[in-house]
Amino acid sequence: METTFSGKVWKFGDNINTDDITPSPYLTIQSPEELAKHVLENENPDFPKNVQKGDILVAGKNFGCGSSREHAPVALKAAGVALIVAKSFARIFFRNAINVGISVLESDELLDAVEEGEMIKVNLEKGEIETSSGNIIKTNPLPENVLGILEAGGLVEKVKMILGERG
Amino acid sequence: MGMTLSEKILARASGKESVKPGDVVDAKVDLAMSHEACCFVITAFEKMGAKKVWDKDKMVIILDHWVPSSDVRSASLHKTIREFVKEQGIDNFLDVGRGGIAHQILAEGGWVLPGMLVVGTDSHTPTAGALGAFATGIGFTEMAAVFALGELWMRVPENVKVVVNGPLGNRMDGKDIILKIVGDFKVEGAIYKAVEYAGSTIDSIGMSHRLAICNMTTEMGAKTGIIAPDDKTKEYLAWTGKEYEPIVSDEDAVYQEERTFDVTDLEPQVACPPNVDNVKGVGELKNVKIHQSFLGSCTNGRIEDLRAAAEILKGEKVHKDVRMIVMPASQSIYMQAMEEGLFDIFLESNATICAPSCGPCFGGHGGLLAAGEACISSTNRNFVARMGSPGSFVYLASPWTVAASALYGEITDPRSV
Ligand code: SF4
Repeated sequence: METTFSGKVWKFGDNINTDDITPSPYLTIQSPEELAKHVLENENPDFPKNVQKGDILVAGKNFGCGSSREHAPVALKAAGVALIVAKSFARIFFRNAINVGISVLESDELLDAVEEGEMIKVNLEKGEIETSSGNIIKTNPLPENVLGILEAGGLVEKVKMILGERG
Repeated sequence: MGMTLSEKILARASGKESVKPGDVVDAKVDLAMSHEACCFVITAFEKMGAKKVWDKDKMVIILDHWVPSSDVRSASLHKTIREFVKEQGIDNFLDVGRGGIAHQILAEGGWVLPGMLVVGTDSHTPTAGALGAFATGIGFTEMAAVFALGELWMRVPENVKVVVNGPLGNRMDGKDIILKIVGDFKVEGAIYKAVEYAGSTIDSIGMSHRLAICNMTTEMGAKTGIIAPDDKTKEYLAWTGKEYEPIVSDEDAVYQEERTFDVTDLEPQVACPPNVDNVKGVGELKNVKIHQSFLGSCTNGRIEDLRAAAEILKGEKVHKDVRMIVMPASQSIYMQAMEEGLFDIFLESNATICAPSCGPCFGGHGGLLAAGEACISSTNRNFVARMGSPGSFVYLASPWTVAASALYGEITDPRSV
């Protein structure tokens, strides 16, 4: 995983819950790719149709609240979302997102500083986000151990790697 | 800057001098508990390519949700776990008839000591916080990582201090205290926080009350609930002969929030459907008919709880329209209750006694509700359909109130009986 990359912005508001992310009628679907076809469709019907690998979600407060279903970050990951920057996260979602391998940063300012569809640059290690106008927004960078999980592609992969190294 | 008890435990577990809220640490786990959920942990464990658990002596696996197995599905779940345990040589496995409800077993079995970092695949793992441990619930995949490596990344939570003062009245329980607190904080009031309890009431009450309080800390969204170890903790653990360092919070530790409660004039509390934070004083509930009275669970299935109910039921009969179910939380409580003659009291009052299990508490088996029925229960959750039909109603209360209500067929103040 690259710790610096750029991606296109999709904006969402406050309190996007796990039902909004993965609507309950689709919860019996096992395949992440199938789930991805409905991800956030009630919030923005264009999103599941047009989201591309490497895109970035920028949201308001309490992103991922509601039930602790792991489907939600799994579907976002399958849809290609590389990073979510929210004003704040529901904690279980935050954990689940990292464990399935999606980067998450917290920023109070970003949502108001970017436009839908804008390309932004991110440096995860430094916690810096550069908007298309060159504005730099600082966030708390991800700690090294979390970056390690993300680089491996999630917790399962990370443990696999560690066990492999130990032989 | 000082640290709270929770921060000290996380610092120690991650080999750091100090930690502060928001830090992400890799923490070494002192004890990992899993119940039937172990089945899903095993799947993730295999996906990770793990072969051997990191330390079989730091794990306890306890079957409790569907015991004895209630259908073929739970039977095969149990079978998968038994095979895994055998294959891995895990001796700390408590099968049907050997244990009871996991959270109770961790406390009474001497598995948890003050200062430990405890994780479990169950949201009520914070129960063990009553013994001064940092205990929290984690997901299946996370537990698989713990099984494989013995450590897990954790974000150090913010701390909330809850001070409870005043003498606890006659026929009042730790349950009444925690219901009052949950009603005040609401179900989202302490999300991801570590809630530390202190104050003269907490100092004076025994371990069974403390376990009930820490148990329901989960209901405010908290990551954990914790009580600093003291003489009562020492007494409770004396039989184990185990040594521990009694860690407490520093004088200048930082709490994000502090709330104080005075329980001097508190009346018995009842959480009304459909939310745990819909809490009322028993006096507000007039003519609320009940069809079932359930005494049990990891919240209130201890010997003290059974004694309380027996005091109320002694020589009386359960109301003709009510069935009362008593489910001791563990095999040893079951035996003790029998030896103390409590079973005679229950049986003579027409209550039925079941084997230790989670049973109806989560709508699993053994005492579910039909649509339109109401249950007064000593458990910890009353969401829609928690104990059966989506059309049923669950009222949460202390063992005293549960028993008194069984006698009268409606929600009753145990102090009036
Ligand atoms: S008794 Fe109820 S709350 Fe406690 S562990 Fe069992 S199902 Fe969960």
